[in-house]
Amino acid sequence: MSILIKNAHAFDPRNNVDDILDVVIDRGKVKQIGKSLDVSCDETIDATGKYLLPGFVDLHVHFREPGDEYKETIKTGAMAALRGGIVGAVAMPNTSPATDSQAIVEFVLKRASEANFNIFPCGTLSKGRAGKDISEMSELKEAGCVAVSDDGSYLSNPLVARRAFEYASSLGLIVMSHAEIPQLTVGGVMNEGETSTRLGLKGSPDIAESMAVACDIELAKLTGAHIHICHISTKKALENLVRAREQGVHATCEVTPHHFALTDTRIKNYETNLKMNPPLRTDEDKLFMIEGLKKGYIDCIATDHAPHSEEEKDREFEKAPVGVIGLETSFPVTMTELYHKEKMSLDLILEKLSLNPTKMLGLLDFNEIKEGSKANFALVDLDEKWVVAEDLFYSKSRNSSFLGKEVQGNVVATVCNGKLYQWAKELVKE
Amino acid sequence: MLEGKTDVVEELTPNKSNTQWTKKDLLGIKDLSAEEIELVLDTAASLRQVSERSIKKVPTLRGRTVVNFFIEPSTRTRASFELAEKRLSADTLNFSGGSSSLVKGETLKDTAKTVEALQVDLIVIRHPSSGAPHRLSEYVKPGIINAGDGINEHPTQALLDMYTLREKKGRLKGLKVCFIGDILHSRVARSNIWGLTKMGAKVMVAGPKMLIPKEIEKMGVEVSYDVKKAVKDADAINLLRIQLERQNEPFFPSLREYARYYGLNSDVMKNAKEDALIMHPGPTNRGIELSSEVAESSGSVILEQVTNGLAVRMAVLYLLSMYKPENK
Repeated sequence: MSILIKNAHAFDPRNNVDDILDVVIDRGKVKQIGKSLDVSCDETIDATGKYLLPGFVDLHVHFREPGDEYKETIKTGAMAALRGGIVGAVAMPNTSPATDSQAIVEFVLKRASEANFNIFPCGTLSKGRAGKDISEMSELKEAGCVAVSDDGSYLSNPLVARRAFEYASSLGLIVMSHAEIPQLTVGGVMNEGETSTRLGLKGSPDIAESMAVACDIELAKLTGAHIHICHISTKKALENLVRAREQGVHATCEVTPHHFALTDTRIKNYETNLKMNPPLRTDEDKLFMIEGLKKGYIDCIATDHAPHSEEEKDREFEKAPVGVIGLETSFPVTMTELYHKEKMSLDLILEKLSLNPTKMLGLLDFNEIKEGSKANFALVDLDEKWVVAEDLFYSKSRNSSFLGKEVQGNVVATVCNGKLYQWAKELVKE
Repeated sequence: MLEGKTDVVEELTPNKSNTQWTKKDLLGIKDLSAEEIELVLDTAASLRQVSERSIKKVPTLRGRTVVNFFIEPSTRTRASFELAEKRLSADTLNFSGGSSSLVKGETLKDTAKTVEALQVDLIVIRHPSSGAPHRLSEYVKPGIINAGDGINEHPTQALLDMYTLREKKGRLKGLKVCFIGDILHSRVARSNIWGLTKMGAKVMVAGPKMLIPKEIEKMGVEVSYDVKKAVKDADAINLLRIQLERQNEPFFPSLREYARYYGLNSDVMKNAKEDALIMHPGPTNRGIELSSEVAESSGSVILEQVTNGLAVRMAVLYLLSMYKPENK
């Protein structure tokens, strides 16, 4: 199977590519790059006016399989990712059963391969995510895990955490931390502050995150582990992380589009599609997330794609589960908020969506615009305006914070493992 | 009986302000304007007479059905609503937490749709989750009256408090009202803060710091951790029921310490104005947030609040029953 992408503005700073080019893809790899290539391929796409970018890598998704297939499957999650230009994702281990054994990892990888998608599995940090015993990390690594995490909960027993960090660091596994001191957030359903007071909802204080980050940093210092803070959302936590990096701690982090695009004041009428964990924070936090992206304090943009069924979300705010979907809106929201509003450069945005996560996972020739690289690309329109609507989603779930929002920027096609997906304006499902 | 007359309430309610009721629901005081609050209080003032007659019933809501949907235990609010409905001749139907299908796992939406299918006109709801009445109003057509949602609002309580204050002091504007106790978990305090600040009164909240919501000053209220200072200059002191154990979270050392340092007794009252009103939404914990002596002092209007509550709830039921989509 071969593809010819014609007249695309190919852009890959790693390879000094920034030009109108034709790209030929054959059997999953880039075969040829050049000007006005006259090659006959199985599929040809006219990409005039569009940018061809290294495919995006999302460090934080919940595909719900095995266990909660009514919310999402790896197949539907993969389609949603591809629709968003995302060609690879780290799947979080809070499945049911938890991803804490070779059998589950192998199952996840098998499903990903059937869906023609690249999953980089994250195993659990503790057995069953129970926080008591460290997981069998050597086996997890051998099965294909790149990281370990108890995402959804925080490993708050410092002794278990210390040993888990030590073990993970010796195996070269990234420790991905859901930084939240659980005792501080009991009963909390949104950020604690003026808005929670006005809405009469119980709040969780921002220090639940920054205190956990402080603990993680101490553990990383002691053990030499690479600590990656998932979905960072508060100024205080990011300040802790910046200080730690100055001291040479191997600490990285990611932010979700909803945390740099929205604040807690958006919750006006108990909208459950604005309920997630960590919760939407204040304007000050949001602005610091944007500053952090610009200054390089924040390495990556990850979605924390967390599908839930309509029945689960359509209920009392306090009782609705936490989480929102984000794969299909990640690029457009990033472009709207950072490129168009904040005038961040495409270079910098590409670093956050693609280059940094690719590097962090140690992927070589995965999404490079050069001959011989695997063909994993996003073909995007930087300026196209459209309105996010439920019926456009490939995800099984609809719980997006951005429904009805006008965005600017769209993915028009995705190449994943050499296969071309073209996205129609109106959804035609297979 | 008053049969034959066109509409007793219309006759009883001279609409001074020309304010029209334009809302389908009463979800919270947050959504009301000062004029709308005034309209409710004026309507209540007219309706209060009904309960003073020998035949305490008017046909205003005859043929209408009101559902009392109480997912959380309540004695006085529910009794007050039920009596208000009966005085207005409405047919009433009660659903309560223990007997409703919600405890059998049915969702709020499905229960609400079932109630709606019974062709009811108004739903009075009390629910342990903040915002549940707001959800309900999206699900169904009948008007919704919030009778207390989680820690968010208890609008009819605030209206009856304001009614009592206005009746006793002749005005709301410029009054200083002090709330003492567990402000964090108090929907009564929250509704009163919305209402009183809209009506131009000054609000002070006092209690242990752990029980004061974060950034509440931004709602336009003053905060104090010292009860003796807080009651100074207050025209009314509204006490809140104190529950020290909430979801097994330790909010305060002991009831003994609370009573000694935050309870309202005659010693604290020495710092207050002589004509300060003592209010309490009930039920009271005598000897804890309020000493018996103060509860029974001349300034105490706790029982009048109960009486006024009936009139205020009649007014709310009446106004909502008059709502027509074209009024919007």
